[in-house]
Amino acid sequence: MPEAANMMTLDWNTVRTAFGGALCLLGALLCIVGTIGVLRFPDIYTRLHAASVTDTSGAGFVLLGMALMAPDWIVLVKIVCILIFLMLTSATSSHVLANAALTAGLQPKIGPMRKGQPDGEVSP
Amino acid sequence: MYLVGILLAAAAFWMANSGHYKPLMLGFAAVSVVLTLILSLRFKIVDREGSPYARLLGFLAYVPWLAWEVLKANWVVIRACLRADLDISPALVKVRTTCKSDLAKVTFANSITLTPGTVTVEIQGDKMLVHGLYEANTVPESFISMDARCARAADPRGAAS
Repeated sequence: MPEAANMMTLDWNTVRTAFGGALCLLGALLCIVGTIGVLRFPDIYTRLHAASVTDTSGAGFVLLGMALMAPDWIVLVKIVCILIFLMLTSATSSHVLANAALTAGLQPKIGPMRKGQPDGEVSP
Repeated sequence: MYLVGILLAAAAFWMANSGHYKPLMLGFAAVSVVLTLILSLRFKIVDREGSPYARLLGFLAYVPWLAWEVLKANWVVIRACLRADLDISPALVKVRTTCKSDLAKVTFANSITLTPGTVTVEIQGDKMLVHGLYEANTVPESFISMDARCARAADPRGAAS
């Protein structure tokens, strides 16, 4: 019986390390996707949307992966705390940025971006 | 009453973050918790929002739904980021909220901002200015269910009908 239990823990450790690593990789890829969006989108408001991909799913998947690979529950609790605070603060800071841009008088580009033109360089 | 709530939360936070339980360390813990209480008294943040235990269950029920919405919205924005030709059509809409308390309004506005593709730009009274990546996804009707769930999760009981 102890051998069986040993096998179980070994199995779980292997699985969670592999799975956690895969989740971290996925999160890193999503961060890159968000960065591509920031570079491609035309103005600050649309760029905020792309950046929020990095904030939510990118950071979320990386932290989930790290939580799976956490060596003990103290680390796990810290990662969960980071996740909660990150979700609260990233939303607030996005809102503050958008609000500041609007207060400063920056008009958002509205309406469909014309196809074929690079990166939404729309002439009025 | 609210002070006890903050005390419990601070003590639990310290316990979960340190992992040291020697008498000396526990003494430091007591000192830091008391300092935190004094600071929060001086900041005058010891009120209903300072220890929101009454709303905890509502929030716990709301979070999984929000996480799923965030994932769905993520997929839309990721596709928009990687598409060969940029087909976004940004839009600004006014959304009217049924949330009564400040906490519920903040929850609603932050939820909108947290889902990729929509950002709350401004809040005035019960109207919010929302900027969205796609015109079709950013109509006031698409926020009704989120608004109702926020009102149920964060408003005091009885305020939301």
